[in-house]
Amino acid sequence: MKLHEHQAKEIFAKYGIPVPEGKVAFTVKEAKEVAEELGEFPLVVKAQVHCGGRGKAGGVKLVNSIDELEEVVSKLLGKVLKTFQCPEGKPVNRVLIEKATPIDKEYYLAITLDRSRSKPVIMVSAAGGMEIEEIVKENPEAIKIEPIDPELGLMPYQARELAFELGLPVKEFTSIATKLYRIYSELDASLVEINPLVLTKDGSLVALDAKLDVDDNALFRQKELEEMEDESQIPPLEAEAKKYGLNYIKLSGNIGCMVNGAGLAMATMDIIKLAGGEPANFLDVGGGANVEQIANAFRILTADPDVKAVFINIFGGILRVDRLAQGLIEASKVVELKVPVVVRLEGTNVEEGMRLLKESGLNFITAKDMWEGAKKAVELANRGG
Amino acid sequence: MAILVNKDTKVVVQGITGKEGSFHAKQCKEYGTKIVAGVTPGKGGMEVEGIPVFNTVKEAVEETGANCSLIFVPAPFAPDAIVEALDNGIELVVCITEGIPVKDMMLVKDYMVKNYPNAKLIGPNCPGVITPGEAKVGIMPGHIFKRGKIGIVSRSGTLTYEAAYQLTQRGLGQSTAVGIGGDPVHGLTHRDVIELFNKDPETEAILMIGEIGGTEEEEAAEYIEKEVDKPVFAYIAGITAPPGKRMGHAGAIITGGKGTAKAKMEALEKAGAYVIENPAKIGETVYRILKVLEKEEEERTYDAE
Repeated sequence: MKLHEHQAKEIFAKYGIPVPEGKVAFTVKEAKEVAEELGEFPLVVKAQVHCGGRGKAGGVKLVNSIDELEEVVSKLLGKVLKTFQCPEGKPVNRVLIEKATPIDKEYYLAITLDRSRSKPVIMVSAAGGMEIEEIVKENPEAIKIEPIDPELGLMPYQARELAFELGLPVKEFTSIATKLYRIYSELDASLVEINPLVLTKDGSLVALDAKLDVDDNALFRQKELEEMEDESQIPPLEAEAKKYGLNYIKLSGNIGCMVNGAGLAMATMDIIKLAGGEPANFLDVGGGANVEQIANAFRILTADPDVKAVFINIFGGILRVDRLAQGLIEASKVVELKVPVVVRLEGTNVEEGMRLLKESGLNFITAKDMWEGAKKAVELANRGG
Repeated sequence: MAILVNKDTKVVVQGITGKEGSFHAKQCKEYGTKIVAGVTPGKGGMEVEGIPVFNTVKEAVEETGANCSLIFVPAPFAPDAIVEALDNGIELVVCITEGIPVKDMMLVKDYMVKNYPNAKLIGPNCPGVITPGEAKVGIMPGHIFKRGKIGIVSRSGTLTYEAAYQLTQRGLGQSTAVGIGGDPVHGLTHRDVIELFNKDPETEAILMIGEIGGTEEEEAAEYIEKEVDKPVFAYIAGITAPPGKRMGHAGAIITGGKGTAKAKMEALEKAGAYVIENPAKIGETVYRILKVLEKEEEERTYDAE
């Protein structure tokens, strides 16, 4: 789960990490009140959206007067901000208004899990302000990575070493780094990032931006954070799928896929591409799909106007194929299917399942394996589109 | 031989009185696995499907000599269950539970590495492990597997079934199939399991099913290149997955340009593995290549004579 920058900054401030003075606003009126409270110009207006690359897309603006502020905020609020990182765009329903910080140098600082070590790592670079991907690509040496013992946590000496190496104010950096680790650990974060961490003209350090992603698996014990989620940032169909225990991700093609299991879902996307098509989505009904889930999956798939054909690829293991077939038949009574549906079922009691489908009188196209199913779905989708 | 589990493995099921636990304990038992005990705190003295239930793993081990644990305990309590098993001398812990916080798994794995370097953990968020015809310690449908010479290691559940089924249909049996799980922090890795298969005389070929995210497949490739002479087949799921999106499994996400399917496939190819691109042709490809290799071997033997 992702938090907004303003939420992350509020948390950072609570832990004692210096952030620019500022406040969030949901309306133009609120924005003006915040500006008055801050009592000076220039101010920075930052669109609060869950995607990177805001600056280049016009989501971050410097304003010099109350009129300018009003103009910028009223243009941003209600807008769908499209950046190179999320071309589909995210709605702006709040802005963060902050005092401008006089910048001397920019750094990158983050803590996240290193999977190959099964440990957290702290990452620091003098190439702040850039995306970490770009830093790594341009010069992997430019980023310093230090593993953290999960039992001990980040030791101050580790932060000191990094500070001395990068020429950062040692005391301040050590304080920020150890506090950032406390946030990472206490709030079950999957990523905490300050980019840029700014060295100001008067020699102090400030978190100019803040990112805090929370481990979804830990939300049961991070209720406060869970409540902070801004659902407008999740595509509506993805949010709806989540309610029914379905895992749905919208993609750019025209073939809707209904699959059980994440691995098989990815394999199905791949095989559609191999067959010359493009998947419209990733939809995992889970290891033990039932009638209700299948019905909801159908509904979500057909709610997407891009879907020109549906490919159902299910491997029945413990859950028998004949029961899955019954589920499909029941579900198609509830949901009207306007596009051709190709079904490939395999596994336990497959013969009985296929017989049920045939006798149901439903216009399902059956396939004997994944490859045949993918090819048929691609052909039908292209004909329909 | 096979690896990890066999007909002598004595399994205790932690969380046996839950819906999942009791259902799968029964399934495993029917398959022929020696399920000797169950554990649910406060339910000691009960029986589930004829299996005695104990309050603690300690009691279960003392009474039954269990040496393997199968865990169905809900996510908030699963880390406790794993450590309870380890502290009571269980050598192989198979954790099916999905949704354990990463931080907890990090601490559990750290504890395990420091205190029980020889113990093995499979999972969490995995289908478990099966040695066909001997023992099923997990939730996989037993009947799609067949005893044979191919070792399977996979991050994904249904994709393991898919692959095993394709092999079985071609008459190719499996020595053991291991589902290592889809979480970012887990026990045995691809590399660990491939090492076990490499040392197992019954396993003559290895099928590895990887997916996007992390660098485990690349680490396995390094090992394969150095140490493995047995034929290795590999399929990597997620070549079409967009960066930054979590594809179902918490671990299946491309971040920072790392963990792409392409990079993994290239590393494996370089290591001498046969990389299969079409997931519908796993069985067919393994069959075809093994035939060719067999023929080559025959000719070599013939020439030598």
